[in-house]
Amino acid sequence: MKKVVRVKNMDCANCAAALERAVSKIEGITFVNVNFVGEKMTFEYDEAKAGVLEEVKKAAHKLEPDWEIIGL
Amino acid sequence: MSKNKKKAIRIAVCVALFLPAVIVSKTVELNMYVSLAIFGAIFIASGYDVLYKAARNIAHGKVFDENFLMTVASLGAFALGIVERTGDFAESVAVILFYQVGEIFQSYAVGKSRQSISSLMDIRPDKARVMRNGEKTEVYPEEVTVGETVFVVAGDKIPLDGVVVGGHGNLNTCALTGESAPVFVKEGDEVLSGTIALDGNLEIRVTKEFYDSTASKILDMVENASGKKARTENFISTFAKYYTPFVVFSAVALAVIPSVVIGLSEGFSAAVWGEWIKRALTFLVVSCPCALVISIPLGFFGGIGGASSRGILVKGANYIEQLNKMNVVYFDKTGTLTTGEFSVTGVYPEEKRDEVLKYASVCECSSTHPIAVGITKAYGGEIPEGYEVEEIAGKGIKATKHGEEIVCGNAELMREYGIEFEQLKNDKTTVYTSINGKFLGAIELSDTVKSDAKSALSELKNEGVKIAMLTGDNESAAKRVVEELSIDEYHAKLLPQDKLAIVDETIKNKSANDVLAFVGDGINDAPVLMRADVGISMGGVGSDSAIEASDVVLMHDRLSDIVTAKKIARKTMRIVKENIVFALGVKFGVLLLSAFGLLGAYGMWIAVFADVGVAVLAILNAMRAMKVGK
Repeated sequence: MKKVVRVKNMDCANCAAALERAVSKIEGITFVNVNFVGEKMTFEYDEAKAGVLEEVKKAAHKLEPDWEIIGL
Repeated sequence: MSKNKKKAIRIAVCVALFLPAVIVSKTVELNMYVSLAIFGAIFIASGYDVLYKAARNIAHGKVFDENFLMTVASLGAFALGIVERTGDFAESVAVILFYQVGEIFQSYAVGKSRQSISSLMDIRPDKARVMRNGEKTEVYPEEVTVGETVFVVAGDKIPLDGVVVGGHGNLNTCALTGESAPVFVKEGDEVLSGTIALDGNLEIRVTKEFYDSTASKILDMVENASGKKARTENFISTFAKYYTPFVVFSAVALAVIPSVVIGLSEGFSAAVWGEWIKRALTFLVVSCPCALVISIPLGFFGGIGGASSRGILVKGANYIEQLNKMNVVYFDKTGTLTTGEFSVTGVYPEEKRDEVLKYASVCECSSTHPIAVGITKAYGGEIPEGYEVEEIAGKGIKATKHGEEIVCGNAELMREYGIEFEQLKNDKTTVYTSINGKFLGAIELSDTVKSDAKSALSELKNEGVKIAMLTGDNESAAKRVVEELSIDEYHAKLLPQDKLAIVDETIKNKSANDVLAFVGDGINDAPVLMRADVGISMGGVGSDSAIEASDVVLMHDRLSDIVTAKKIARKTMRIVKENIVFALGVKFGVLLLSAFGLLGAYGMWIAVFADVGVAVLAILNAMRAMKVGK
């Protein structure tokens, strides 16, 4: 299943790359692309796997507590 | 007050305190501890969040983090100042302070360009009014699900695609289609997100989620979310991956190896260590590839945004690269070079023009075929009514009333009805008209070439672009257009698969530097659009197939936009290249000079400029890509 969320307050390009790396490591995530300028993260995940979305949220929060993730 | 604003004020205060402190410390001989206290305080005030982030990220196992590198560089400089008892702490504070200035500027610049691009497009809905817990509340459009009802009042943007289930009103669709006349919608009509309600109250049942809605799809293309990165961008991200570790390890090597080598031959001394460590710290300051990592995507994004403000949607940064190199363009004929509308170019006999057109209009007035539309438009007068109209497939139309019989159509139809007529010797579409078995006259029509076709094509030719035309029409119709537009190469009588074969063949035989574009209407040409290096479709907004199959969508039906797109692409590529050369040049220059100790006493200051100053200048330069001359 594909999901697109907005990452508000994303203001450094390196952090965007870090988010992409962190989310790609989560089990159940098959694809992830973070668009820094568009403040958007697109990812595909395995619905059968429980708690994937929670993990994504956690990973983002760990990197940058200021990010507001909208639509997750 | 926003977080960014608070930080900006804090840093501004720190800069205001820092400058007099530097002047004082350079003119008056201060006690080292006094100096340390003053600069230490400014350091903590300006950089505590950097220190905190560095610590937090190390705890999370992230080492090559810019916060960490800046912390090491500035703390290292402090340590050197204490060990060497110079009392010169200004540059250690400068590192963190100007790093922060750069950060603030970066986030401002990025926010600014995000903002101006959405205002260029002006279709992003920012809120949706829905029922939640029995109350109307405003939420983000992302939070609305399919099946919910949104309430739209005059002035609102339609937030999501849907169907009107209550109310009626006029919509402004200009941002999506370039059409300036308002569109009236009522219950049961479909509405697209990104259009603006001009009056009335609408209740809309949502049929597509936010990210599947039209506004998002178009913005998506513009924002390049598809992940189609330009080769230049991929180069930069690969480069960035190796650059930081390379610089950091070089710094370590620079701090240790020369000191040990010199120490072994001449004896170890604090002065030698201090000198080499200082050079190494300069390395750390320029270790972040920020200038490139931010300014290159921003440059492409700016070019894509600037293009979209002209109604040119480019699907990815890679197509900016391709548009710049594009040197072969194949055009479809009908609907692309020509309007697809037929207009009357001659009536024979000329003196019976009105009569011929009138009777032909009787036959044609109920048809929507382009030829029929062309004839009734040319007549323009009142058309006699009460005829019974019968269509003779592929040949023409027969109309009868009280024993009167009008037949109009092609030559074959005339022969079929045994009508004596004079066949015109031309290569245009001709409609013959007869009344009660007697020949009346002939109408000659042709597909009209678009008014801006000639100038657009000659501009492309001036840029060295080779032009060819592909059409399914017959030889003579093709030849007429080719002659009018002075196109050198054309292929007529093509079936859709023939067009694909020709494009395929050309792509196989072209040299590596050639870039072939195909321009079509996006509806019949999908496979060809996909095969070409750059598929450009015209006037197809709202048609999913056009948006999907093509790489560049011209929202307004203007051929001159192809020239504009090429110009924007060229400007964008120039800006991107300038930034790469500038940023890399300055950084490597500083690395080299500081390795050989040629930066002198102000090495750290110069390094701060190479890091922050270059990033700021590169971003400013990248933002130019957004501005498109009219």
